[in-house]
Amino acid sequence: MRKLLNTLYITQEDYYLSRERDNIVIKQDGKIVNRFPYRIIENIICFSYLGTSPSLVQLCNENNISLSFLTPTGKFCGRFVGMTNGNVLLRREQYRIADDDIRSIEYAKRSLLAKISSSRKYVLRFKRDHSGKIDESLFNNVDKELLKSIELIKQVKDKDSLRGIEGNAANTYFRVFNDFVLVNKDVFQFNGRTKRPPLDCVNAMLSFGYSLLTNECQSALETVGLDSYVGFFHTDRPGRASMALDLVEEFRSYIVDRFVFSLINKKQVSNKHFDIKENGSVFLNDKGRSIFIKEWQNRKHTEVVHPFINEKVKLMLLPYVQAQLMAKAIRDDLPSYPPFMA
Amino acid sequence: MSYVEDEYLMLSGIQHYYFCKRQWGLIHIDQQWAENSYTAEGQQLHKKADDPYIKEKRKDMFISRAIHVSSSSLGLSGILDVVEFYKDKNGISFQGKKGKWQPYIVEYKRGQPKKDKRDVIQLVAEVMCLEETLDCQISNSYLFYHSVNKKIKIDITKELRDLVHDFSAKMHFYYQHKKVPDAEFFKNCRLCSLYDICMPRMNKRPKNIDNYIENAIYSEADVCENY
Ligand code: SF4
Repeated sequence: MRKLLNTLYITQEDYYLSRERDNIVIKQDGKIVNRFPYRIIENIICFSYLGTSPSLVQLCNENNISLSFLTPTGKFCGRFVGMTNGNVLLRREQYRIADDDIRSIEYAKRSLLAKISSSRKYVLRFKRDHSGKIDESLFNNVDKELLKSIELIKQVKDKDSLRGIEGNAANTYFRVFNDFVLVNKDVFQFNGRTKRPPLDCVNAMLSFGYSLLTNECQSALETVGLDSYVGFFHTDRPGRASMALDLVEEFRSYIVDRFVFSLINKKQVSNKHFDIKENGSVFLNDKGRSIFIKEWQNRKHTEVVHPFINEKVKLMLLPYVQAQLMAKAIRDDLPSYPPFMA
Repeated sequence: MSYVEDEYLMLSGIQHYYFCKRQWGLIHIDQQWAENSYTAEGQQLHKKADDPYIKEKRKDMFISRAIHVSSSSLGLSGILDVVEFYKDKNGISFQGKKGKWQPYIVEYKRGQPKKDKRDVIQLVAEVMCLEETLDCQISNSYLFYHSVNKKIKIDITKELRDLVHDFSAKMHFYYQHKKVPDAEFFKNCRLCSLYDICMPRMNKRPKNIDNYIENAIYSEADVCENY
């Protein structure tokens, strides 16, 4: 399998990135904090307000290192990508499918089947592992309803109905989120999904995790030569990486949700890792963010056997494998798209 | 058969095609390219040989580097590293050069002579392109292997020429239909730099995707062990 190179996360708000010959150099107040040879890096994600020198941008572009800017709370600002894989035929076919409702809904259905099935697997697994500590009848109901949504998706014929089913399934799944929390229940109360802005600690972490995941998915798609802005389920909207969001669906539960609840349940985060703003919005603070990212980096290297290709893959290469399978399906190298099934 | 310039394929692709049709398709049709140590090393070597400004001359021979060649009957074009010209009364004449000269290609290869004919096939294709470009006849040429420092003479036979014709016709067929050939899963795969992109096992014995999804939905097991 392809090697998982490093992602460099710049989490301190006052770090500045520059270049010295073949090195990426991190500075604070003009002093060098750290340096890395560019060859070991494939992604830079910058949560700092100070940004980077133009010559670093150039270094990244020339070496296909993607460079993304996010606000400290994880809101996406922009991204530089180097020379993309030069296959115009692949992208043109991607656009054709995106323009064709009958073809694109097949991809969308598969991704959402995978998404809901993966949420359900997590619910089942959690129920099994913590049978004494949870409300079993709630878990059973959620399981049944998710299974119903899966059956509905198989029969659906238009994208609007698909969106409806997907929305319902998401709400059903969120009903067990409070029960996924086993410790510090007062701090980690979940009152439904809130995004703009997140209104509790669980939402703050979910949002942050989803934005990291979106970034991984976007680079994976671009690496295989797909256009991350043209999706099959998410429709075009200026500045929205719709194909990346399509791909994110398959991994939300498997990569982010499990991760967030394991951070909570292993007591790796607590109330002192969050800031509450005047308007009630909640965000990870500096310390919280760096814990989150440190654990995220560790988690990336977890190995799992990919159920379709039957090979051991590091967790954060899963988006890359799916991007490849997506490209193969679009190229007709596979009869259809096999989503990631947890 | 004759091709127009726009349709020419890369001459160097014929060795990929010989090694594995699919590898050629992934590189030349899908334009996917994965570098590994072999390919990187190969490119280093070519850098030197490609320099068009190095000229070497003796009384009865001269060397020309980085000659552009093409063949409209094969529909291939490329650049030759090294062509040696020897004084020969049956050779061809050049403007501004006295006498007649017979060209021989010397194709430099890293590593050792291969068990298969991939280097030979490429050389023959190069010869055919050079013949068409210079309007001459070439009955033999050379492969030079760096690591063993050995120069091997290759006769450009009718059988080899037929094989090259056959390959180039098939390459054009696939290229026109934008179809990457299926995997040929065999021992070459271990040496192939495109293994990860190709996923040959999957391509050779594709799973039924609908079954894969159904089974995963209704199975109790869960891929993840670590949460
Ligand atoms: S992995 Fe095997 S089948 Fe695939 S391109 Fe390489 S040699 Fe050919």
